[in-house]
Amino acid sequence: MTALIEIEHLTKRFGTFTAVEDVSFSVARGEVVGFLGPNGAGKSTTMRMLAGFMTPTAGTARICGHDVVEEPVAAKRCLGFLPEGAPTYPEMTVQGFLSFCARVRGFRGAELTERVARAMSLTRLQGVRLQPIETLSKGFKRRVGLAQALLHDPPVLVLDEPTDGLDPNQKHEVRELIRRMAPEKAIVISTHILEEVEAVCTRAIIIAHGRIVVDATPRALLGDAPSLDHVFRRLTMPSPAAEAAPTAQEAA
Amino acid sequence: MIAVFRRELAAYFATPVASVFIVVFLVASGALTFTVGGFFARGQADLLPFFSFIPWLFMFLVPALTMRLWAEERRLGTIELLLTLPLAQWQAVLGKFLAAWAFCAIALALTFPLWLTVNYLGDPDNGVILAGYAGCLLLAGAYLALGAAISVTTRNQVIAFVVAVAACFVFSAAGSPVVTEFLSARLPVLAEVARALSVSDRLAGFTRGVLVARDIIFFASFIGFWLFVNMILLDLRKAD
Repeated sequence: MTALIEIEHLTKRFGTFTAVEDVSFSVARGEVVGFLGPNGAGKSTTMRMLAGFMTPTAGTARICGHDVVEEPVAAKRCLGFLPEGAPTYPEMTVQGFLSFCARVRGFRGAELTERVARAMSLTRLQGVRLQPIETLSKGFKRRVGLAQALLHDPPVLVLDEPTDGLDPNQKHEVRELIRRMAPEKAIVISTHILEEVEAVCTRAIIIAHGRIVVDATPRALLGDAPSLDHVFRRLTMPSPAAEAAPTAQEAA
Repeated sequence: MIAVFRRELAAYFATPVASVFIVVFLVASGALTFTVGGFFARGQADLLPFFSFIPWLFMFLVPALTMRLWAEERRLGTIELLLTLPLAQWQAVLGKFLAAWAFCAIALALTFPLWLTVNYLGDPDNGVILAGYAGCLLLAGAYLALGAAISVTTRNQVIAFVVAVAACFVFSAAGSPVVTEFLSARLPVLAEVARALSVSDRLAGFTRGVLVARDIIFFASFIGFWLFVNMILLDLRKAD
C-alpha cells in the first residue's frame, strides 16, 4: 500500500495559541480516515494546511508525494477538497460554478462538459444545474461543494464535514458515494457524527487540543465500551483525556 | 488565470454591480462634462473637460469595484475554495485585477457618444482623445491595483471602500498645487516625492496628447508594485 497522504510533525500556532501540535499520520489508497474531535480541536486547521490554504508553522505534508509547501500547485492537482461549510459563489449557477472549477483545473471543451456532467450525476445535482446556487437549500449547496471536490476524480479527497446539514437520506447517499470511491482513493473526512465513523471509516483519528490522542480502527477504538460516544467523551474531556491518551494508543 | 478572469468578469454582470456602476459612471461623467466642464461654452472640439473629471470619478467608483474583490471572498469563505484550486497565487491576483480592469475599459468605452459628439460638432484631434482614453485606463488600473491590495487586508467591504478612497485621494492630491506648495514651503524634499508619486499629474500628459515613456513606465510600475503587495498580503493573511 502506498501512502497518498503523508503528514509529518504538522504544527500551527496563532500567536501564542497552538491550534495543531506535532500531528503526524499517513493515509494509504483504500483507506477512509475519520478525523474526529470536539469543536476547536484543530480538525479544520489540519485540513486547511493539508489543502495548502494555511501555511504550517512547522512540519509539512505531502499529497501523492508533492510537498504542500514546496509544490503547492502540484499537490492541489491531486486533491479534492471540500472546505468547511462548503463555500460557493452564490450568484453562479450550479453548472457555471462547476465549469469554472473544471476550467481552473485545466479541462476544456468536451472533456469539461463531460466532467461536470459526471460530477453532477454523482451528487444528483442534474435537476438544479441551471439554478443560481444562492436559491438552493443547504443540502444542495453541500452537494455542490462535494461535486466540485470530485470533478477531477482526484486520488486524494479531504472533506471537512461532508454530511453536515444533509437530511438522513442525503447522508446515506453521501456515505454510499464515499464507500464506492474508497477502494481507489485515500479519503479523510472530518465529522462530529460518530455513527458515520462506524459506517464508512476504516480508521479513526481523534484529535483534542491540537494533538492526536487516538489512531485506531473504529472496532479497536470501541473495545468493550458501550458506544463510540463513551470513548469519544473519555478521550476528549479535559482532565481524563490526558491519562487516557497513552493507554488508548497502546490499545491501537 | 483566464478561468478566474472569465468568472470575475461574468460575476460583475451577474449582479447589479455592473449596471449600477456603468449607469452612475456615464451619468456623472456626462453631467459633469456638460455642466461644470462647460463642454459647449468652451467652444473647442476636444474632451478635456471630460478627462479632467475622470480622476475624481474614479476615486470613488474604482474603490466600489475593488472593495468586494477579496473582502467578499473572505466573507463568503470562497477564498478557501479559490486558493485550494490548483492555481498559483499570482494567477488569482492577476485574474481578478484584469477582470476589474476589463470592466473599467468597458465602462470607459461606453462614453463613446461624447467622442461622437465632438466629432459631429467640430474637428478634434482624435489622436489626443485616444491618448486621453489610454491615460484614463491606466489611471483606472493604478487605482484598481491599489484598491485590490487594500481589499485583501479586510473582510469588511465598507472598510475596504473607505480606505481605498482615502488612498486614491492621497495619490491624486499629491500633485495638486495645495499640497505641493504646502510641502515645498516646509519640506522641500517631500514636495518632489509627492509630485513624483502623483497619479493625476501623470494623467495630465496623456490628456494633452503627450505620450511619454516615463509616464507609461510610472503607471506600469505603480500597478505592478501594488499587485505585488496584494500577492504578499494575500499570502500572509489568506487564512485570517
